[in-house]
Amino acid sequence: MLRVDVSKRLGGFTLDACFTSEGRVTGLFGASGAGKTSLVNIIAGLLRPDRGIVCIDGETLDETSARMHLPMHRRRIGYVFQDARLFPHLDVRQNLDYGRRMNRLAEDSAQQRRVTDLLDIGHLLDRRPGQLSGGERQRVALGRALLSRPRLLLLDEPLGSLDEERKEEILPYLVRLRDEAGIPMVYVSHDAREMRQLATQIAVLRRGRMVAFGEAAIMPASLEPA
Amino acid sequence: MFDISPTEWTAIELSLRVATVATLVATPAGIAVAWLLARREFWGKALMDALVHLPLVLPPVVTGYLLLLTFGRRGLVGAWLADHLGVVFAFRWTGAALACGIMAFPLLVRPIRLSIEAVDRKLEQAAATLGAAPWRVFLTVTLPLALPGVLAGMVLGFAKAIGEFGATITFVSNIPGETQTISSAIYSLIQTPDGDSAAIRLVVVSILIAMAALIASEWFARRALQRLHGN
Repeated sequence: MLRVDVSKRLGGFTLDACFTSEGRVTGLFGASGAGKTSLVNIIAGLLRPDRGIVCIDGETLDETSARMHLPMHRRRIGYVFQDARLFPHLDVRQNLDYGRRMNRLAEDSAQQRRVTDLLDIGHLLDRRPGQLSGGERQRVALGRALLSRPRLLLLDEPLGSLDEERKEEILPYLVRLRDEAGIPMVYVSHDAREMRQLATQIAVLRRGRMVAFGEAAIMPASLEPA
Repeated sequence: MFDISPTEWTAIELSLRVATVATLVATPAGIAVAWLLARREFWGKALMDALVHLPLVLPPVVTGYLLLLTFGRRGLVGAWLADHLGVVFAFRWTGAALACGIMAFPLLVRPIRLSIEAVDRKLEQAAATLGAAPWRVFLTVTLPLALPGVLAGMVLGFAKAIGEFGATITFVSNIPGETQTISSAIYSLIQTPDGDSAAIRLVVVSILIAMAALIASEWFARRALQRLHGN
């Protein structure tokens, strides 16, 4: 369970968000500049809220009234960025293994195989990020986040930098991830179609305000990000 | 012509030892300072920046004299080190290494700082979300990606250390076998009536060392770039 109740003064407006989600995939929907990425960054610990609270499964990550702020690296929250951000000096295998090493987890080749199979990246293991296509890079970034054993996975427009064809290539993997990986996700997008395909619960943001929150059904077929 | 005499060998060997020790000791400090200047905001940062660059703009003889005042036998730090740790810098080769290290420091720090600044902070953030504590982010992401700059800084620092003259001769004098490096040996030789051919031999040797350092740094830089872009 993810509980967020925060405000944060940003450039042109104040971000105010309050929701509790039990969903497998919580969608954050809104136009660019609505504050979606800032909200995700607060959950990840990259940004500190001015006021409020962030909890996962009963554990408090941020509580401004108690001056509590758990640093990013101790949150166990995976983050897939729009630009995959693979480490260019490591090959795919080392990128995938990075989170396990940093969290001092035991080697688990079965889990590794499950993730590489799920994302079809087994044949890329010896390549460098520079030798991958945009879609492959994003799949490796997904695998890297999954293998760090997060309790929550944040996906910030993971398809945003891909063209239509590549998006079609990745979407099925995301659906598989939702149904098979068993890790709750927060999925950020300004694409209504992606939202309908993936999200189980949706929060709609408009200029920093949460204007709607509920089951994916609240998302009308014609809703456009505003 | 190319019979290098034992005294000349001693000066060459000493120069290499002084420059190597100076570079190896200054590099970790240089990386730490470069990281602070590139990545942190703190009170006194401008002062630190100025202090690091001071040896570059001060007359070397001034730096050498300041070192003598501070690290000499009766200097503030020098007396304490001699009494408590038995470490003496004045008129020893270790003093030459100290002088060279300080003179080389600004040249060492600069490329390292630039290359740390060039490392994409988004990669460091990604590492943190994967569970890496700040010092591990530095060791596994920032430092490997800044490696070409570190190597460039080390080569520049080494070249500066091997050619250092003014601060060294002021601080530790020009004692054959103890503090007489290639530079101070050349200086002595050209003041001696028959010193020319020996001086020229040492000049050729210092050109060879400088060339070797440059070629080595090019080679390292190219390898490091290949490693980074990995194509």
